[in-house]
Amino acid sequence: MLTSRNSLKSRKELDAELGGAARAWLDEALAEAAHDAADATATPGAPRPGASPYASPPWELRYAAAGRHCGQENADSVRSLLLVESRASLPSVTRLYDQGTAAERRAVLLTLHLLDLGDTALPLIEDALRANDTRLVAAAVGPYAADHLDPHAWRHAVLKCLFTEVPVAAVARLGERAHGDAELARMLNDFAAERTAAGRPVPEDLRTVLALTAPAGEGDHPARPNAAPAAPAPTEES
Amino acid sequence: MRIFDPHIHMTSRTTDDYRAMYDAGVRALVEPSFWLGQPRTSPASFFDYFDALLGWEPFRASQYGIAHHCTLALNPKEANDPRCTPVLDALPRYLVKDSVVAVGEIGYDSMTPAEDHALAAQLQLAADHALPALVHTPHRDKLAGLHRTIDVIRESNLPPEFVLLDHLNETTVEAATDSGCWAGFSIYPDTKMDEDRMVTILQNHGTEKILVNSAADWGKSDPLKTRKVADAMLKAGFTEDDVDQVLWRNPVAFYGQSGRLQLDVLTPDPLHEGNSILRGGE
Ligand SMILES: [Zn+2]
Repeated sequence: MLTSRNSLKSRKELDAELGGAARAWLDEALAEAAHDAADATATPGAPRPGASPYASPPWELRYAAAGRHCGQENADSVRSLLLVESRASLPSVTRLYDQGTAAERRAVLLTLHLLDLGDTALPLIEDALRANDTRLVAAAVGPYAADHLDPHAWRHAVLKCLFTEVPVAAVARLGERAHGDAELARMLNDFAAERTAAGRPVPEDLRTVLALTAPAGEGDHPARPNAAPAAPAPTEES
Repeated sequence: MRIFDPHIHMTSRTTDDYRAMYDAGVRALVEPSFWLGQPRTSPASFFDYFDALLGWEPFRASQYGIAHHCTLALNPKEANDPRCTPVLDALPRYLVKDSVVAVGEIGYDSMTPAEDHALAAQLQLAADHALPALVHTPHRDKLAGLHRTIDVIRESNLPPEFVLLDHLNETTVEAATDSGCWAGFSIYPDTKMDEDRMVTILQNHGTEKILVNSAADWGKSDPLKTRKVADAMLKAGFTEDDVDQVLWRNPVAFYGQSGRLQLDVLTPDPLHEGNSILRGGE
């Protein structure tokens, strides 16, 4: 279930790849997360009685250290597994996101669609889409955003990718959501016109998305009339 | 020439500085948390600052090809403000972060009992997290402050080779190196310590366990002082290897004790640095 388009590795894949010490660390971490999930069933995400207001469950500390124990290339996957195994609640993912480094935030964003959160975690996606850190923007436009962002916010997310040069290939279910979206097409055309007026190239990705906005049967003519200035403008991409 | 600035406050600097530092040879730096000039009034204000040192600032640095790490702590000045001291309770969850390579800046400002407590508590936190400590020596009453600092370090569970004593000068270098700690020198554009005096110290004390930094911040300071020391060393007859030791290998060795230095600069490309959205499916 973790081998979807974001290519997070499954526990099986990690077990096959990791050395003995890393595997033992992962086993313990996942056991702690599972224990926390069982513990927290009654009061999800609640702090332990008598604990410092800043105290975190042990698995959350492991969440931060995942890359150092299992390799930085596996950090996203391990963090994601911990979130799934702990059945992380909204307070938990919010805390991990708020208190996380950029890499820790990214792992939260990449995992939201695997948790049973409905649309309650949207504020995290919205926060990431306000960021100028392109790693966060790219992680925010995954399956959870595709499932839950309203049309206005979703269109702005696509535009943000074009502005910040996050490849739109990062946008989950782009074709499906863009299909027949006349308002998105208008925004793209306006952006293209603005770029052209400034003598700047229109991003190639803009054309890609614009083509996807065409309603059925118009696939060969994606550009609406006012897109005309955009099409011939850039002779080369920067 | 490759340069590691082991103490610089980049949140106070512009992107022009990042570019100029890169052009001068800076490829890695450590940003210690410190006082912002304007007193903070709550722990939350520290947390936003720590988050910036772990999030936005490394991203900014990476755009200019510079590896960014940080040290986190309750600074000596604000250790005296009871509104800020709860930061000590929250530090453990920050000290586990990947890019935190030491506890710091800690140390004395006015040598008060509150500073005694914060220094001892944070040396213990460093020991608990197997992290080195960056210890600032006071600007006023420096020599007495240094002796008291060394006493507290001796009583702590942190071995001296895990401690960098910073802002040293001619009057404090002897006691600092005798203590077994690493010795840091901040080079300023005013009279506190300049590049030629630094060269003299290196001639007298050698190049082992000595670090040089710009300590550049929001005050009168110069983020290119590390390079200027390197040039002054070469001019005074030090070899390229001596320069590399002081300005690269020594800081790498000191902060490397954390086991957390990642010196291969990660590109800011959203789809290559860790973000794995595209790696499998498409
Ligand atoms: Zn400083």
